[in-house]
Amino acid sequence: MLAYIIKRLLAGVVVIILVSMAIFALFWYGPSSPARPICLQETSQRCTPERLAQYEEQMGYNNGIVKEYGKYVSGIFTGREMEIGSTTIECDAPCLGFSHRSRGLIWDEMIQRLPATISLALGGAALYLIIGIPVGVAAARRRGTLGDKTLVTTFLFISSVPYYLLALLAWLYFTLIWDVPILGSSGYTPLLENPWAWFTGLLLPWLCLGFWGSTQYTRYTRGAMVETLGEDYIRTAKAKGLTPNKVVYRHGLRSALVPVVTIFGIDLGLLLAGTLFTERIFEIQGIGLWGLRGVYALDLPVVSATALFTAIIMVSCNLVVDIVYSALDPRVRLS
Amino acid sequence: MTASPLSSTSVERSGTTVSDSDPYLVVEDLSVEFPTPDGPLRAVNGVSYSVSLGKTLGIVGESGSGKSVSSMAVLGLHDPQRSKVAGSIRVGGQEIVGLAEPAMRKLRGNTVSMIFQDALAALHPFYRVGVQLAEAYMVHHPDASKRDARRRAIEMLDRVGIPQPDSRVDDYPHQFSGGMRQRAMIAMGLINDPSLLIADEPTTALDVTVQAQILDLLQDLQREFNSAIVIITHDLGVIAEMADDVLVMYAGRAVEYGTTKQLLTRPAMPYTWGLLSSVPDVQADTDARLIPIPGNPPSLLDPPTGCSFNPRCAHRDKVPGDLCRTTLPELLPVVPGAAHLKRCHLADPEAVYLGEVLPEIAPDLVEEA
Amino acid sequence: MTDETTTPDEDLFQEMAESGHTAAKLDPQAKPVLTVEDLRMYFPVRSAGLVRRTVGHVQAVDGISFQVPEGGSLGLVGESGCGKSTTGRLITRLYKPTSGSMQFGDQDLATLSKRELKPVRRDVQMIFQDPYTSLNPRHTVGSIIGAPLSVHDVVPKDQIVPRVKELLEVVGLNPEHYNRYPNEFSGGQRQRIGIARALTLNPRLLVADEPVSALDVSIQAQVINLLQDLQREFNIAFLFIAHDLAVVRHFCPEVAVMYLGKIVEIADRETLYSRPHHPYTQALLSAVPDVKQAAVGGRRERIRLEGDVPSPINPPSGCRFRTRCHLAQEICAKVEPPLLQIGPRHKVACHFAGELGQAPQKPVTTGLLGVDDRGNPDPSASSEPADVDLMTGSGYEDRWFDVQSRTVVRP
Repeated sequence: MLAYIIKRLLAGVVVIILVSMAIFALFWYGPSSPARPICLQETSQRCTPERLAQYEEQMGYNNGIVKEYGKYVSGIFTGREMEIGSTTIECDAPCLGFSHRSRGLIWDEMIQRLPATISLALGGAALYLIIGIPVGVAAARRRGTLGDKTLVTTFLFISSVPYYLLALLAWLYFTLIWDVPILGSSGYTPLLENPWAWFTGLLLPWLCLGFWGSTQYTRYTRGAMVETLGEDYIRTAKAKGLTPNKVVYRHGLRSALVPVVTIFGIDLGLLLAGTLFTERIFEIQGIGLWGLRGVYALDLPVVSATALFTAIIMVSCNLVVDIVYSALDPRVRLS
Repeated sequence: MTASPLSSTSVERSGTTVSDSDPYLVVEDLSVEFPTPDGPLRAVNGVSYSVSLGKTLGIVGESGSGKSVSSMAVLGLHDPQRSKVAGSIRVGGQEIVGLAEPAMRKLRGNTVSMIFQDALAALHPFYRVGVQLAEAYMVHHPDASKRDARRRAIEMLDRVGIPQPDSRVDDYPHQFSGGMRQRAMIAMGLINDPSLLIADEPTTALDVTVQAQILDLLQDLQREFNSAIVIITHDLGVIAEMADDVLVMYAGRAVEYGTTKQLLTRPAMPYTWGLLSSVPDVQADTDARLIPIPGNPPSLLDPPTGCSFNPRCAHRDKVPGDLCRTTLPELLPVVPGAAHLKRCHLADPEAVYLGEVLPEIAPDLVEEA
Repeated sequence: MTDETTTPDEDLFQEMAESGHTAAKLDPQAKPVLTVEDLRMYFPVRSAGLVRRTVGHVQAVDGISFQVPEGGSLGLVGESGCGKSTTGRLITRLYKPTSGSMQFGDQDLATLSKRELKPVRRDVQMIFQDPYTSLNPRHTVGSIIGAPLSVHDVVPKDQIVPRVKELLEVVGLNPEHYNRYPNEFSGGQRQRIGIARALTLNPRLLVADEPVSALDVSIQAQVINLLQDLQREFNIAFLFIAHDLAVVRHFCPEVAVMYLGKIVEIADRETLYSRPHHPYTQALLSAVPDVKQAAVGGRRERIRLEGDVPSPINPPSGCRFRTRCHLAQEICAKVEPPLLQIGPRHKVACHFAGELGQAPQKPVTTGLLGVDDRGNPDPSASSEPADVDLMTGSGYEDRWFDVQSRTVVRP
């Protein structure tokens, strides 16, 4: 088991390195020079090819990609000094670069925005399970009846509505039109600053994310439960005299959860990597929106940072899913 | 034979106690019907049998005969919303059909226990074997501590002949070999000292030497606990060695019923003859013919008129008129007053068997007969 | 009460009985179509951990030799893990053997390359156990049966459908059903489809791996009879792999018993089933439940085997069966018993070979192997070179080693 984890960790590290190289190369060889936005900004839109070349020289674009990548990587571990235009910036470890748009260090900006994203993601993901699994189980137990059909249809309806529309309508009605007390005020307040505000501010986005995303989980759970409930060991459990609830939850759900958990791991990763619509509609300063704005502004350090962050999150989530899977299924663990 | 209407109220526990001479399990006119989009499917149609404590009943049949369905009805394992159970099943004097769920649960795994064919599929793959055994114990002994239950689990594993039970109790089902797994399942079935054990094809998936060990075990345990055993199988050899009485089922009906000795030495129904002639015997004369039963088992949605076996029966020409096709035979004694019953229109089955069938399938036995 | 002068309409039973088959007979003169010599298949076992090294081998098949006569059958029986299924897959080259030879005609199947194998696949085919999973549910029956014809370009395209219909008829199915899908057929019918597919290219050898185990009892007999009919009509040799001793006995005039990758006994039907000389064969036969026991009541006296089959990764030294054998002595752990010919068509691998209840006190193989009674090498004994033939090779010699007299005898 330990060897397995170590192997996967090593593989994960390799993936992360490859991703960072790929992003780096993408911009290096890309059509638009990353120095251009800096040039434009510094020269107040009067960027001549000569000045551009100057900036490029300064940013190290004539040094060769390998050397610059090496500087980038060492900067992450030891910090570096960067010269942008006329200023020299001290960038402490971990140094992910400097955003020309906001004139701030990437790392600081990211750390600032991380709590919002994490709060949003964890809450939403929790709701996926809290809503999705019980509904799925209930539908599976009532398979074929009106109750099952009602549940399935309702959640199908919800999932057919495009997410942004759902979130937008929710915000429109709860916040703007009706101005509902608790749900109406959305936005992020740091948890330590004001727990109640933190909670109420995130409640509506959570509910939107949660309900919409849970539709997938009702489907998966229902399918996995229906299949599991047809297995021989369920019949054995009944034959032992167990109550229906124990049969369904202790024997049935335990098995049915395994595929659901694996999907959940990936979903959690995706949520952590940033939820664009939610952040935009509910005005939450998270990483997703920050990354998107960086793309529009061709702010390479921002984009690299978000890509790297996403890679680390996805690799970690994959690893956690694999570990959880083998913890749940002894046949995998002991083979 | 009319089926008694389903009663939806719970049945009072019968005050009678069952003595050793009364059968412990009495099934009377049992019918199990499943509503399907193509119409109602009668998987079990008016079946009756009984088993006494300390005795073994073998139920023989192929797929679609209803043998498993009828046994699952004894434990009330059919979903009441997807099935209709009619007739009477009495376990130790208590009526099962129509019994309320909570009372039914008290019986399952406790006084009546069932073990299944494929132990790898029938045991939960994610829980340790000891945990599953302890669970079976604690369901019916809610005051027992986890330690007590675990001790009982180890004791049962030892009783069924699993070596090193105190370490194997913490293993998972897939870590056992096939035979050991089946023993573990038997241990789980017997952990509450049931009076009735139903074994559904307990050895079909096992090697022949392992099968012999498991059958030995079942007989030992029966001798020790005096339980009644119902063993469901398609293997007539297993029946010959294990069962005191035999019930042959075909298309949901009982077609022959009697003691093993009677039924296998003087079978009285063409389906039974067909079973005996289509299965090769290890000790048979090499001039014995293997005569398959032609055709396929009938559809239960659209069963044949008259006797369900008639389209495949090679002896229907011996019955005058078109009786086999028009009239369902009743389950009647072979000779008046006998306990050996058959459901067939043939007037003198013994003569046909000895005169025609036996010479073909076991020429070496003809002299002895 | 049978009327001697029955009209054609009456006495269906007589008709049915006539179509039923007795056990196949042995033809001692037939030439072998397949000669397997010292076949081995070892599967590597890799360690868990960071670096996956090969830490051992599963010795699934460990040096077996036998012959299958042309147009005849050899049965291969044994319990789970004995290697019989692996043997079947080796013969059809679903696995490549670790070593050994499988002589088929003038070619050694063991060493052929993938390209050379293709034409051979027309002659050697396999019937699988599970009719529910061995047919592709998305292909029509016609395309399943016709696939070999198009793969091997045997007949022009327009001839494929007529040939498929012909085959469907041969196996007893309605030829007009070639456009149906497997799920429209019952288990027994599906098995017939599988058989038809195997017959498409007129194979000379069919490996049948548990062809009837998954079928209902009444259908099993139909399929067994069908296979016998086909064998007679098309002169197909069978390697019949099964765990059901009774079925194998009916179908195969010769049977080999396998245990943990080795053949422990091989003989013609009468000898093996009535006079087995190997303790494992004896135990196996005694464990089969017998319908005739009903007349007597109760259970028969059985030879009880203790414990489980040992692991094939680390098989016991010497004789593999010794850990469960009541006859085992020191020599069994030291010296592996050779598969020795002890009758005109009878080979046994046991130091104490003898009929049930008449096992010798002292080992019989000492003289031949040059060892003493405890298995230690005996310098004074000399093994005559000629006798080595009785312990190796896949066929039968015209002389054998009589265990009673402990000498080589001729008929």
